Amino acid sequence: MSELCFHTMAEIRRRLADGELRVEDVVRSCLDRMDALEPSIHAFITRSDEQALSQAREMDRVGPKPDTLATKPLWGVPLALKDVLTTRGMRTTCGSRMLADFTPCFDAEVVTRLREAGAVILGKLNMDEFAMGSSTENSAFHPTANPWKLDAVPGGSSGGSAAAVAARMGFAALGTDTGGSIRQPAAFCGVVGLKPSYGRVSRYGLVAYASSLDQIGPMTLTVEDAALLLRVIAGHDPKDSTCADRPVPDYPALLADRTDLSGLRIGMPEEFWGEDGLEPDVAQRCKQAMTLAEELGATCVPVALPHTSYAVAAYYIVASAEASSNLARFDGVRYGYRDKDARDLIEMYRNSRSKGFGEEVQRRIMLGTYVLSSGYYDAYYKKAAQTRRLIQQDFLEAFEHCDVICGPVTPTTAFGMGEKTADPLQMYLTDIFTISLNLAGLPGLSLPVGLGERSGLPVGLQILGPAFREDLLLQVGHVLESRLPRLPLPAGIAQQAP
Amino acid sequence: MSISVDEVAKVAGLARLNLEPEKAEQFAVQFNDILDYMRKLNELDTSGVEPLYSPVTHETVFRDDNVRMEYSREELLGNAPETDGSYFIVPRIVG
Repeated sequence: MSELCFHTMAEIRRRLADGELRVEDVVRSCLDRMDALEPSIHAFITRSDEQALSQAREMDRVGPKPDTLATKPLWGVPLALKDVLTTRGMRTTCGSRMLADFTPCFDAEVVTRLREAGAVILGKLNMDEFAMGSSTENSAFHPTANPWKLDAVPGGSSGGSAAAVAARMGFAALGTDTGGSIRQPAAFCGVVGLKPSYGRVSRYGLVAYASSLDQIGPMTLTVEDAALLLRVIAGHDPKDSTCADRPVPDYPALLADRTDLSGLRIGMPEEFWGEDGLEPDVAQRCKQAMTLAEELGATCVPVALPHTSYAVAAYYIVASAEASSNLARFDGVRYGYRDKDARDLIEMYRNSRSKGFGEEVQRRIMLGTYVLSSGYYDAYYKKAAQTRRLIQQDFLEAFEHCDVICGPVTPTTAFGMGEKTADPLQMYLTDIFTISLNLAGLPGLSLPVGLGERSGLPVGLQILGPAFREDLLLQVGHVLESRLPRLPLPAGIAQQAP
Repeated sequence: MSISVDEVAKVAGLARLNLEPEKAEQFAVQFNDILDYMRKLNELDTSGVEPLYSPVTHETVFRDDNVRMEYSREELLGNAPETDGSYFIVPRIVG
C-alpha cells in the first residue's frame, strides 16, 4: 500500500470519500513511509501513530457519506503540523527545551478546523526553536535533513513541514511564516508554500513569536492542495482580534477560472532580480518561469520596491522586539521548564529561561529588549516601524502597475548544514526576498519551478499579491505549475523509499 | 555607537537571562555586527512617516464579555512545574 503516499492530497481525499480506500490503509502508508525515512530525515518531533490509527479505524467503521467531500473536505486525509501549533492532549514543544513536556489543553483554531474537516493528525513537525531561524538547525531536539540532499538544510523555520511533505510522509502540512518561514523551506524542499495575508487565518493557538508578522499557511505538493487547505483554515475567528471578518473565497473552485495568464501584468522588481548575489541556478530557473508566463499571455512590467534593502534590518528590530515581549511569558511558573534549584523567584526566572531557551532565542530576546529599552526605542523600534510603512507603500504603489509581483524566493538553493550557524547576521540575510512581505502583511506563494542545473536542488519562485488576493496567487501558480515539468521524487531519499 | 560587554550583561538582566562572561563577550561582538547593520536604517529620512505597527486594517470589535467555563482548574494547572492542587507554587518572594 506504500504507493498510496505518492498521491496528491486532492486525489487521496477523493478516493477516500468515494469509499475506494480505507482510512487506515492511507494512514498506514504514511506511517510506513515515516518508519523508512525518518531515521535519515528527522522531520518529526512527535509522532501520534496510535491516535491516528484509532481515529482511522473509527472513521472506517462509520465510512464516508455521499456528501463527505462537501461537508468534510479532508475526510481521512493524514496531515502533520508544525510543532508551534497547539494540539489538545498532544505535546507541543516549539522546538524548545522550554516546552519539551508541554501538553496543551486546547487545540489551535486551525487544528480545530482541520479536525472538523475530517483530517487525521500524524504528529508534530520539527522547526527552529520558537520559529527563530532559517535552517531548522536551531531545534533543541535535532536538525532535519533536506530530502533532496541529506547534508543540506531543509530551510526554516518550518523545515520539518517542508521535508515531511517533500518526502511524502504526509499529504500536506501546516507551517508558519514570520519572515519567510513557509516560503523559504518550501523553496528549498521543492514543495508549494503559501503565506496568507495577515489576518486571513486565525493565530489562536499559534505560539507567538512576532505577533504582527506571524501567519499560518499550507505546505503542499500542489497548488490545488494548497487551495483546498487554505479554504479549510481561513476565515474569521472571534478568538483572534487580528483575524479579518471577510468572506473566504472558494479557492479550489476558483482555480478553474483561469486557464492561461492572458491580461495578467507581472511586476518584476529590479531589487529581486538583480544579478548581485543571485545564484545562477536560481536566476536561470526563475527567469525560465517568467518566459513561460509570457508565453501564457502575461506581460512582465518593471516595478520598483526601493526600500527592499532596508527590510532585513527593519524586520529583525520589529521581530526581536515583539519576541522579547511575547517570550516573557516563559517564566517557569505556569508551564514550561523550571530550574528546581533556584533559591528565590528572580533566580528561578533567570535560571529557567537561561536553561530552557537556546542561544538564538536568547539572542533575539536580548536584542529585542535592547531596541525597546529607554533611550533606544525611537532610534530602533520606531525607526523600524516607519521603515515598515515605507516598505508597505512600495508594494501599494507597485500594485497600481501590476496584478502580481514575481521574484525568486531565495538567493540560493538549500545551503549545507553548519554553513551559516556561526554567523547570525549571514543567516538573517538569507531571508532577504521573503521578509518585506511580512512587514507589509501581504500574501505570497512559493512555487517549485525546477531543479538547479548545477546543484540539482529545487528552486522556488515567489508570487506576491495584494492583501487578500490569495485566490489570484493560487490561480497564477496553478497555471504555471500545469505547464512546468513535475519535480521527480527527491534524490536524497530515492534509494530508501519503501 | 557600539554596545559594550557591560551593556549586554545589563540587557540580559532586564530580560531575566543569565550570561556567562565569555557568552557576554561573544554576544557583544554579534550584537555590534547586527546593530551596525540595523543602523543602515539611518540612511532613510523618515521624518513625518507614520509608524506601521500592525498590518491590520479592519476595526477591532469588542466581543461581549460572556462568562463561560472553558477549562477546568485541573487542566490549567496540568502543565505547571509545581502546584498544591489549587494554585501555582513559586519560590518564596518575601522573607
